[in-house]
Amino acid sequence: MSEPVAATLILCALAAALWRFGRDRAAAPGREAKIARIDALLPQTQCGECGYPGCRPYARAIVEQDAPLNLCPPGGDAVVARIGQLLGRSAHHHGAAPPFVSATALIDEENCIGCVKCVAACPVDAIIGAAGQLHGVAPQYCTGCGLCLPPCPVDCISMAPS
Amino acid sequence: MRELHDFPGGLRLEPRKEITDQKPSLLHPLPERMFLPLQQHIGLPAEPLVKPGDKVLKGQMVAQAGGYVSVPVHAGTSGKIIGLAEHPVPHPSLNQAPCIVLEPDGEDAWFDIRPTERYDTVEPRQLQTLIRDCGIAGLGGAGFPAHVKLMEGVDNAVDTLIINGVECEPHITCDARLIQEKASYVVSGARMIRHAVQAAHCVIAVEEDMPAAYEALAALVDDDLELVKVPVRYPAGGEKQLIKTLTGREVPSGGLPIHIGIVIHNVATAAAVFRAVTRGEPIVSRYVTVTGRVENPVNLQVLIGTPVKDCLKTCGYEHREENKVIIGGPMMGIRVTHLDMPVIKTTNCVIVEENAPLPPEMPCIRCGECAQVCPVELLPQVLHWQARAGDLEAAKEHHLFDCIECGCCAYVCPSRIPLVDDYRRAKWRIAQEEEQARGADLARTRFMRRNQRLEREQAADAASDAETERASPARADKKAYVHAAIARGKAKRQNRRAGAADRAEERTDD
Repeated sequence: MSEPVAATLILCALAAALWRFGRDRAAAPGREAKIARIDALLPQTQCGECGYPGCRPYARAIVEQDAPLNLCPPGGDAVVARIGQLLGRSAHHHGAAPPFVSATALIDEENCIGCVKCVAACPVDAIIGAAGQLHGVAPQYCTGCGLCLPPCPVDCISMAPS
Repeated sequence: MRELHDFPGGLRLEPRKEITDQKPSLLHPLPERMFLPLQQHIGLPAEPLVKPGDKVLKGQMVAQAGGYVSVPVHAGTSGKIIGLAEHPVPHPSLNQAPCIVLEPDGEDAWFDIRPTERYDTVEPRQLQTLIRDCGIAGLGGAGFPAHVKLMEGVDNAVDTLIINGVECEPHITCDARLIQEKASYVVSGARMIRHAVQAAHCVIAVEEDMPAAYEALAALVDDDLELVKVPVRYPAGGEKQLIKTLTGREVPSGGLPIHIGIVIHNVATAAAVFRAVTRGEPIVSRYVTVTGRVENPVNLQVLIGTPVKDCLKTCGYEHREENKVIIGGPMMGIRVTHLDMPVIKTTNCVIVEENAPLPPEMPCIRCGECAQVCPVELLPQVLHWQARAGDLEAAKEHHLFDCIECGCCAYVCPSRIPLVDDYRRAKWRIAQEEEQARGADLARTRFMRRNQRLEREQAADAASDAETERASPARADKKAYVHAAIARGKAKRQNRRAGAADRAEERTDD
């Protein structure tokens, strides 16, 4: 190999490395923006039905781990289609999203023992209460995720369809 | 003489006003029961002040304004409150809504109401409070709380105040009758509103085919008020169309008349303001045109809350299956099935029509007739396809929300497509989606704040553990000892459980 050719090759390799370095640096903020855009399409129920702990973590999983688009039951087919459109990924082969009934948690005042377990479980701090006191759900904040149901030791929470 | 301008589109319709506009109005007798919906206006519903069993007097406030864009509700006569229940109401999308149910005692005894001393010495802001407390929502049809429009007028410079007497829909003559019978109320009310908003000009507008109403007003107006006849063309009485006709100016898309220095009120609203100021009288009744296939078509002065059925009976009509009842005009009215529903502040007309089967809807042939007649210069056929396809974003971009639902497009459509229904549904869906988006934003913020709080708490815990260790190694040792004991206990329990499971397995094996 003649010297000028080798020099050109080395220069090309350097330029490619530089370009890749620049792209990776630019990609980090671009990725966050993409996650935020997907998060904006998700219904923010924070129910964890998708298997991730909340809507933003799911958005991150879609971008970083190629998670399927149809894991969000509250969002339904509309959300699958919109995220698919945003990412340029076909949503068809994922099939329909599982059904979800929008609801509001309701605490049965007769049976609540004031254990604070549901307060700790609520992802949006919609349950108000202190130890030994009757707890209540602020319906305007409740997303209907149902995460307060399993920790309740006396099964006094029900989901009222809204 | 004011130079008149032309608005785009519109239709010449058979006015059909002669059926009722020369007959004196009738005072409707006290009904057996009255239903007062908490929401008779645009904005927040009123909040009830009474409970079943309470005795109330005529004109007493029974529900207070539920916010700034809201007005109170008053009892139409004296009697007893017998309930607070869901009842059919005239509304395009709701079947039922909460109503206060009143049983009249027949005495019709007035509540203690007081006039305002002199309107022209009163602070405009006080006048605004008075108008809200008297429950005045726009009586033209949309029911926008009058005090809100007035307040915009007080806060901003007003060039022209328009008093709208242009009743452009066929059949409806309630404003025409009101002007003929109560012209002095309308003119005085116009002067009062003008004082409140300090308008440079004030115009009272009527249609060319309302000569009797024009004469009645002409006898009372001075140089301070302009009286204008506008050409007969539907929808000349629409707020934006009338502004265009009278001033040549256009209300910007998504804007309000006040943005171009105009305040516009209906003639009936002006009359209601006159009553409120000179007597302290709240809105308890209104003019309603009852027409169509009834024995005696006429305008009625009806107490708000009177069932539509009673109004029809007064005009000699018993409901039969072959007819249908429409509340509002033939172009914009809604068909109702429950005749128990009450007359509310915005009810201007009740029409009985033959219930002929609708001609079947055919596909759009893209003739473009609808775009010719649209008074807002929209593209109704494009909106139709977008609404049907569920492409709401595109419909919004094509100014769906500027549609005034006048019905001209559906009227001329050769394929008989109920276009306005499509637009209403699309608007409703967009409103719903926006509400969901607002809820999602709130949940996102709360989820984020909670995660931040949990992180903070965890960090604080770790810091305090480290602090303990540094401050007294003995206590840290003790803590480590306790942790180890807990771990041992856990392991033991787990072993025991595993052992129990093994034994159980052995037993099943045997």
